[in-house]
Amino acid sequence: MSTQTPETAQETLAAPSLKSAAADYWARIKSGDIGSLPAVLGLVALCIVFTSMSSSFLTPGNFANLLTQAAGVIVIAMGLIFVLLLGDIDLSAGYSAGVSGAVLVILVSNHHWNWVPALLVAIVAGVLMGLVIGWLVSYVGVPSFVVTLAMFLAFQGILLLLAGEGGTIAIEDKTVIAIENSNMKPLISWLFFLICAALYVLSGLRKMAVRRKAGLKTELVQLWVFKTVGLLALCAVAVFSLNLERSNNVKLVSLKGIPDVVPLILAILVVGTFFLSRTSYGRHLYAVGGNTEAARRSGIDVKRVRLFAFVICSSLAAIAGLIFVSRANSVSPTTGGNSTLLYAVGAAVIGGTSLFGGKGKMRDAILGGLVVAVIDNGMGLLGYAAGIKYIVTGLVLLVSAGVDALSRKGGN
Amino acid sequence: MSEAILSLRNINKSFGAVHVLRGVDLDIYPGQVTALVGDNGAGKSTLIKCIAGIYTPDSGEYHFDGKPVTVNGPRDATALGIEVVYQDLALCDNLDIVHNLFLGREKKKGVTLDEASMEQLARQTLDGLSVRTVKSIRQTVASLSGGQRQTVAIARAVLWNNKVVILDEPTAALGVSQTEQVLNLVRRLADAGIAVVLISHNLVDVFEVADNVAALYLGTMAAQVKLNEVSRNQVIELITTGKSAGVTNIGANK
Ligand SMILES: Nc1ncnc2c1ncn2[C@@H]1O[C@H](COP(=O)(O)OP(=O)(O)OP(=O)(O)O)[C@@H](O)[C@H]1O
Ligand SMILES: [Mg+2]
Repeated sequence: MSTQTPETAQETLAAPSLKSAAADYWARIKSGDIGSLPAVLGLVALCIVFTSMSSSFLTPGNFANLLTQAAGVIVIAMGLIFVLLLGDIDLSAGYSAGVSGAVLVILVSNHHWNWVPALLVAIVAGVLMGLVIGWLVSYVGVPSFVVTLAMFLAFQGILLLLAGEGGTIAIEDKTVIAIENSNMKPLISWLFFLICAALYVLSGLRKMAVRRKAGLKTELVQLWVFKTVGLLALCAVAVFSLNLERSNNVKLVSLKGIPDVVPLILAILVVGTFFLSRTSYGRHLYAVGGNTEAARRSGIDVKRVRLFAFVICSSLAAIAGLIFVSRANSVSPTTGGNSTLLYAVGAAVIGGTSLFGGKGKMRDAILGGLVVAVIDNGMGLLGYAAGIKYIVTGLVLLVSAGVDALSRKGGN
Repeated sequence: MSEAILSLRNINKSFGAVHVLRGVDLDIYPGQVTALVGDNGAGKSTLIKCIAGIYTPDSGEYHFDGKPVTVNGPRDATALGIEVVYQDLALCDNLDIVHNLFLGREKKKGVTLDEASMEQLARQTLDGLSVRTVKSIRQTVASLSGGQRQTVAIARAVLWNNKVVILDEPTAALGVSQTEQVLNLVRRLADAGIAVVLISHNLVDVFEVADNVAALYLGTMAAQVKLNEVSRNQVIELITTGKSAGVTNIGANK
């Protein structure tokens, strides 16, 4: 969360105060820089509504279920953010996930490969799909909307051919299935939490130390402590509830701990955030998305930046493919299909990533992905038909895109 | 008068059948502001694009620091130390001032960006230009006024110790006080030893800040003269008719 710090505080000699920090934050909101605020508020509101309407919403079992349910869409959304930052779109990401998943399942189940090389080949397939799309968009100059719409159909066809018409191919590899179906032991879960928390605090402290040493203004310490403690407390509550027994029949099987997919998503979050905020490639992505002409004149290789964005997007989709086949224990012609891609775009936009390019963060995918999953899950518990769920999710996406468009206007 | 850092001789440039620059000479001196004036379509933008390597002249000589050079692209011009601030500024609204100043030339520590040293350098540069109007150098460029944006664009040009800075109508969209700020900044650049080229349609600005003026007329250089040797009316004559009685070219002084 440290990247969100209001560094716009006045550089006056007067000591910074919580009051001036709050005033700065308010000024940013007013200027249209609302970031993830709507997603956080929406998530809280949705949880309150569903908890009050259904007794089975706020239960340890459903919470763990929500995370595994959202995982695939979140990973696709995290890849999409790279493309959305440029103001482009990848409509084919859902089926890239399906194709990569099929490659994985076929190698493991039909050709008896070990899952590690099979996953590597599946990711290479993702890279290749990204290279094709990226080359067509940035070097040939076809709009990404058209290229990926065509690829949406083409990848769907490849998946159909790979899976066999109407067929599903099962996967029995224990490691692959574990990703969406196993949990870390409670003790390991706490250990994992402690290590992550320590690293998070250390990186925050280090950042402040570096700035102080360079004689630069640092974030208000109280504010940093407040935000860090708040976030870690929230995570601790989550770990605690995930460590509660959630099996209906404990004698048969015990279900507790953090789902295995959570550390996978956190790893992608950390690496992706590092890439976007700490490397020059990340900086150039934002620059190209903000003003392509300015980026070009600054000597940035705009075409290469765009090509890589599509490669990253499809590669992460390949990992989402792994998650999908793990969850279903199989691959089918609809893996990564149906509403997957639209949910992923929705997740990114609801989380605060702009469709106009230049604005977005990795964590948007997680926040937005949770919002989408909560709507899907909560309305399912309340017994609404799939049609109603689609309509509501569509409307939420529309509202988010509207907020995005309006905040852009307000900013200028 | 000191030696010119950049001299163009007999530059010609045509777009198809349109002969836009016809045997243009231009001299740019370190520590001086050279105003480039001329009516709409006279060829000012085309001329600076030739200097910046965006266009390659059809014929003519390009001397830098007394030596003949060939400039075949923007990178060649950048390597010589020539920076152009275009009228549309080309800043990234979504990035902050520091990010914009270092765009494409980020400072790094290993693979990661060195934000701290970039911020320090940015602060020093702005202080060096006596820019005091921006509240925080970590605010996004979108939140800046027109004059502040112009300031950032100019600061980016001087951050890299450029020898020649070319400004295309930097005050065209600005109000009175912001124009004043930018003109002060232009003067400080020249006082710091940089050769500044200022394109402007506003003769008040030109007379306030420039040391010499080059007037283009229909693609030919009507005259390049010291500003204290001409009157406003003579400059207007040069712009509108291409000649004025009693004007002595700088080139003729040599
Ligand atoms: N790429 C081009 N192709 C064809 N003609 C061009 C091109 N660029 C400029 N011209 C022509 O060259 C002439 C000079 O244009 P230029 O933009 O250099 O004028 P200018 O002095 O900058 O005018 P202004 O004050 O309006 O900016 C104009 O007649 C214009 O139509
Ligand atoms: Mg022009």
